[in-house]
Amino acid sequence: MTDEYENDEEIILSELPDDELIEQMHDDIYDGLAPEIAEGTQILLDRGWDASDVLEKALVGGMAAVGVDFRDGILFVPEVLMSTNAMKAGMSILKPILSASGTKPIGKVVVGTVKGDIHDIGKNLVGMMLEGAGFEVTDLGVNIDADTYIDAIQEKGATILGMSALLTTTMPYMKVVIDRMKERGVRDDFIVLVGGAPLNEEFSEAIGADAYCRDAAIAVEVAKELVATA
Amino acid sequence: MQDKILVIACGAIAGELVHIKKLNQWDHIDFQCLPPELHNRPDQIPLAVKAKVESEAGLYGKIFVAYADCGTGGALDKVLEEHGIERIPGAHCYEFFTGSEQFQTLSEAEAGSFYLTDFLTRHFERLVIRGLKIDRLPHLKSVYFNNYKRLVYLAQSDSEKLQAMARQHADTLGLKYEYHYCGSEPLSRVLKPALVQGYRPPTGQAH
Repeated sequence: MTDEYENDEEIILSELPDDELIEQMHDDIYDGLAPEIAEGTQILLDRGWDASDVLEKALVGGMAAVGVDFRDGILFVPEVLMSTNAMKAGMSILKPILSASGTKPIGKVVVGTVKGDIHDIGKNLVGMMLEGAGFEVTDLGVNIDADTYIDAIQEKGATILGMSALLTTTMPYMKVVIDRMKERGVRDDFIVLVGGAPLNEEFSEAIGADAYCRDAAIAVEVAKELVATA
Repeated sequence: MQDKILVIACGAIAGELVHIKKLNQWDHIDFQCLPPELHNRPDQIPLAVKAKVESEAGLYGKIFVAYADCGTGGALDKVLEEHGIERIPGAHCYEFFTGSEQFQTLSEAEAGSFYLTDFLTRHFERLVIRGLKIDRLPHLKSVYFNNYKRLVYLAQSDSEKLQAMARQHADTLGLKYEYHYCGSEPLSRVLKPALVQGYRPPTGQAH
């Protein structure tokens, strides 16, 4: 009985039609199964799928559900990291193809965790999701001061600056960056997005950011929307 | 119980609170603690505190909350404002255990500092290793701790056993170890204004 049941559960990815494979890949990203995502990605490419479609429909689509359940407290950081790892496995196959295709990015984003803060899990996830959505992302890393942010967005010709903070003690530094942008006369040249666990809409408005992004999926939506209207 | 103060506290600081109460003979204080696991789930702290406040409403002369902001991003303060309740000032327990000024010095010296208290040192395996699922997914250790440079043990007690454990935890995480003795004085100092100076015992009683 047990063997029969186990056999029923076994899924051969290559035997699934496209729509079911996509659905299965969403489940596999949710469950953090990196080898299965790499396999699924390769199968779709072998079937003639465009790399950007695989990225958007199979990977970003799967990761969006993870972001929503993380936001709603259904998934926690370890699960999100496993999912991120799975998405990376697919991205590593797609990235060289996408780079070689010379597709123009839909926008350029600079992201980083603010000065005094070394937490980067959320920031990395946002960067990856933005990249998946077609943005060119420059990740400055952690503990970033105001002038480093501003110099980078200018040098990269970015449209969006994304700042992250996990600590209530470091989130006020976002205002320092925005004030510094004003001092240097460049505030209105860029879209400023902020995110991080202790932040909220009210804080974002108070410091003069353009938008607060509650999770990575929302960051992508907001970035697309603002770039389109910029 | 109208002559008493109820302190709703994080379970991770229960030992220190009981010690401070005994030391200062604060017999007018009762403690009720929330699960220390909330340390890893700060988004759940405001609702848990709210539920406890509402279940105890009217039973005590005053309620005080022994949490700092603790990663709630102001959400705990919103709950407390609704009920006119004070909490320990500061961002988190590391700050009130160390004293704000001293903690700022430590943080500025190295942003990549991972802090342990007595409680977290004792329960490191449960709250850090199992709590973050590093036991099941060992590769997550580097994802979580990649940017950390040192583990700072903020000690409430002068225990060689705990120091040895904290050093071992630093090794486990691959971090430089530093010891910083705090004792109970900084926490005692921030509690006094609310629990003693602000307390008016009913007529005929003295504290």
